[in-house]
Amino acid sequence: MPDKPLIEVRGLKKHFPVKAPFLSGEKLLVKAVDGLDFNIYPGETLGLVGESGCGKSTTGRLLLRLLEPTQGQVFFEGQDLTALKQQTLKAMRRNFQMVFQDPYACLNPRLKVKDILNEPLATHHIDPKSRKKMILTLLEQVGIPKSYMDRYPHEFSGGQRQRIGIARALSLNPKFIVADEPVAALDVSIQAQILNLMKDLQQELNLTYLFIAHDLSVVQYISDRIGVMYLGQLVELTRTEKLFDNPSHPYTRVLLSAVPVPDPDHVYEASTIVKGEIPSPINPPSGCAFHPRCPHAMAVCSREKPVIKDIGDGHKVACHLY
Amino acid sequence: MGETWYRFRKNKLAFTGFAILMVFVFLAIFAPLIAPYDPFTMHVEDRLQTPGSNYLFGTDQFGRDILSRIIHGARISFQVGIISVGISLVAGLALGIAAGYYGKWVDMVISRLIDIMFSFPDIFLALVIMAILGTSLTNVMIAIGIVYTPIFARIARGATLTVKDNAYIEAARSIGVGDFMTILRHILPNIMAPLIVQTTLSFGFAIRSEAALSFLGLGVQPDVPSWGIMLNEGKEWLELGWWIAFFPGLAATLAILSFNVLGDGLRDALDPKLRNESE
Amino acid sequence: MAEVILDVQNLKTHFRTHQGIVKAVDGVSFKVHRGETYALVGESGSGKSVTCMTVMGLIGKKKDEVVTGDIYFKGTNLTRLSLEDRRRLRGKHMAIIFQDPMTSLNPVYTVGTQIAEMPIIHEGSDKKSAWQVAVEMLRKVGIPSPGDRARDYPHQFSGGMRQRGVIGMSLSLDPDLLIADEPTTALDVTIQAQILDLMKDLKDQTNAAIVMITHDLGVVAQIADHVGVMYAGTIVETADVRTLYKDPRHPYTRGLLNSIPKPGSKDRLEIIKGQPPDLHNVPKGCSFSPRCPYAHDRCQEAPPVVEVAPGHQVACWLMKEDQDHA
Repeated sequence: MPDKPLIEVRGLKKHFPVKAPFLSGEKLLVKAVDGLDFNIYPGETLGLVGESGCGKSTTGRLLLRLLEPTQGQVFFEGQDLTALKQQTLKAMRRNFQMVFQDPYACLNPRLKVKDILNEPLATHHIDPKSRKKMILTLLEQVGIPKSYMDRYPHEFSGGQRQRIGIARALSLNPKFIVADEPVAALDVSIQAQILNLMKDLQQELNLTYLFIAHDLSVVQYISDRIGVMYLGQLVELTRTEKLFDNPSHPYTRVLLSAVPVPDPDHVYEASTIVKGEIPSPINPPSGCAFHPRCPHAMAVCSREKPVIKDIGDGHKVACHLY
Repeated sequence: MGETWYRFRKNKLAFTGFAILMVFVFLAIFAPLIAPYDPFTMHVEDRLQTPGSNYLFGTDQFGRDILSRIIHGARISFQVGIISVGISLVAGLALGIAAGYYGKWVDMVISRLIDIMFSFPDIFLALVIMAILGTSLTNVMIAIGIVYTPIFARIARGATLTVKDNAYIEAARSIGVGDFMTILRHILPNIMAPLIVQTTLSFGFAIRSEAALSFLGLGVQPDVPSWGIMLNEGKEWLELGWWIAFFPGLAATLAILSFNVLGDGLRDALDPKLRNESE
Repeated sequence: MAEVILDVQNLKTHFRTHQGIVKAVDGVSFKVHRGETYALVGESGSGKSVTCMTVMGLIGKKKDEVVTGDIYFKGTNLTRLSLEDRRRLRGKHMAIIFQDPMTSLNPVYTVGTQIAEMPIIHEGSDKKSAWQVAVEMLRKVGIPSPGDRARDYPHQFSGGMRQRGVIGMSLSLDPDLLIADEPTTALDVTIQAQILDLMKDLKDQTNAAIVMITHDLGVVAQIADHVGVMYAGTIVETADVRTLYKDPRHPYTRGLLNSIPKPGSKDRLEIIKGQPPDLHNVPKGCSFSPRCPYAHDRCQEAPPVVEVAPGHQVACWLMKEDQDHA
């Protein structure tokens, strides 16, 4: 692993105010992201998994400063994005792009494909003469026939739209891409096409990905390292193989064993079906947020928030067991 | 587009409305060529003629041909409609998009302003504005334009809020597209459907309001052949010549009704979800 | 062999639209026995949901919905019954669970009231005993302190609990047939595991026949006894669950199984090329042929359904040719 990270995240927090019950006078906060520290290295794919409300999508948006953090910094190639002025940031944006979950909502229905792909080029003042050629190259890279340039998004299937969304993200030749559940809305056979496409493009263009998903099988297929989030915090972060061979946080184990396996002979450990529901991020449990559902909960877990620490060879876990 | 046109064509009522309006538009454009007489010429010998072969819709107390005045009145009505609705649409879009897109205090200020304007009965608001500006055709159009601005602003604001949540807006932001271009390219084209419907309906409102203001004597000058003025003058002569007020009233009713059915038809065609729910 | 609860024969559901006829379901046949879970798997547009909505009688009432074929429910041909008779069957003898539990729950009534309504309407129970049934059902589906929670409104339940509530409601009258349309798709994976576990338990207790619609091959492997794989309105392969995963024959089934990432494996995914067909314009003959790596001239004709082993049927020319050679 190269020493110099592309992205460094330091003490990142995002708290959203929510409407309190009428006249109660309370000020409620959703602690969507509550203290994250991690690095992303050039050329790697960091997968971020977790269930709804764990803050994985918010994290992706904070990294691109599509949301303003409540606290903490995000460094891109050593430069603090959170300290940049809007104008500088706009120019910087060509370096990091996003691929969205919903292939239907991510393309403006009133624009033709060529106009969708032209927009980033025009915004960043790319020479108009070379744009057409660039658009053709992009379409070829994502496997959309050139002749479809003049079509509108509704004339495409979900998978094709996702390809167009990827082409748009690639148009400015970025170094870093946040992919927020890019295959969650797609059919199984199309999912595989998009995952393979993303892998190929990564190799070809030396891209770095933050790949956000709830589906562990998908994340493990594409990621070099995986971070597991629970209620706004990173509970485990390690290399993909290690996470599957030696899941160390009790929540990771629960999550792994809950994934339905496409094999009728697979034996599910009945004991790992976790009891209870995911708590509300408005009022998360004290100490370790997972302790009310944790089979290994100890007295200390409800009092003290565990710090994420290296348990050897870059395998990081936030749990009092270690 | 094909889908929308298909649904619209199937709606016979809306299509009829559309056809009637096209006839009015034709009359308005070619009024001097079509009208049998000059609308201002007073045929003194032929005062208060009943509808007949010489004067199809009869003449008024000055001997002016009613039909010719109605045909020329269509010009006034459509002129008022286009300009006043144009004012409402542009002002409403600007206010509504600003409120919806920027949110926070901008939304607070604009939304309260809209609320205040909505709290006055519209004809009362128009009367107040006319009283301040003075009577003239231009001022009628300005007054009507102002009165109907809040409707457009409210619709534009709501539509902007919905569209703003789409990922393509966020995508534009992540590319570095500025606010103005985002609004122009991504918000505006996607909020037009409900506004087109409202524009159509508002034409009807505008024609009605002009007629009402003129009827109350706060609209255009009395000699202008506006449907409202004709109604106003005709009411004095109802016992001697019912046709003086009847035909302009009929024209106004027909035009307003046509705009309304056309607007309803467009709403159904542009937003099939609404129609399915009501079925 | 257990009693046949549902026997669908050559079911076709076509929708008339102004762009032409959409053949959403185009000749589907399957049987489901008492105590058995039959999974209909397929991607969006494969017709799996429309099949079940047609079986329930929720599609086929309007004039642009054309249903042909036969649906036998415990020996009665449902297509011959009046709308009123079919409505009476729904709820009491056949129940459906949707992906979004809120489609089945009315937000202005308590969960208990809504469950209690079932025995009141269908069995003429009095309010008190119906309420007891409701509380008992909530206990059965694993809602803690069901007596209190029955007085809660749906919005006070979490997503997983709502789905439990809906399952309780649909089982309250002990139906013979339960159709579950993607019941866990909207849920988080740990909650999905809970619900699947619950459904497995309940299946053993109720002895109903279950038809499960899903796109998730992991869920199918976990819960189904028999599987039908749907593509563009037809069942292309049907077998018991073990055979289907261990010995898939239809090129589409194989492609589908190969395109899911396996836990712990990073081998490059084999993909099915192309896009699912546009239902306005389904390819002639075998609808999978434009995407099929083995397609040849004969695939322009509709493929025969070949029984490759007892209970294992495949609609593919390759199977027919294999058989002819043997």
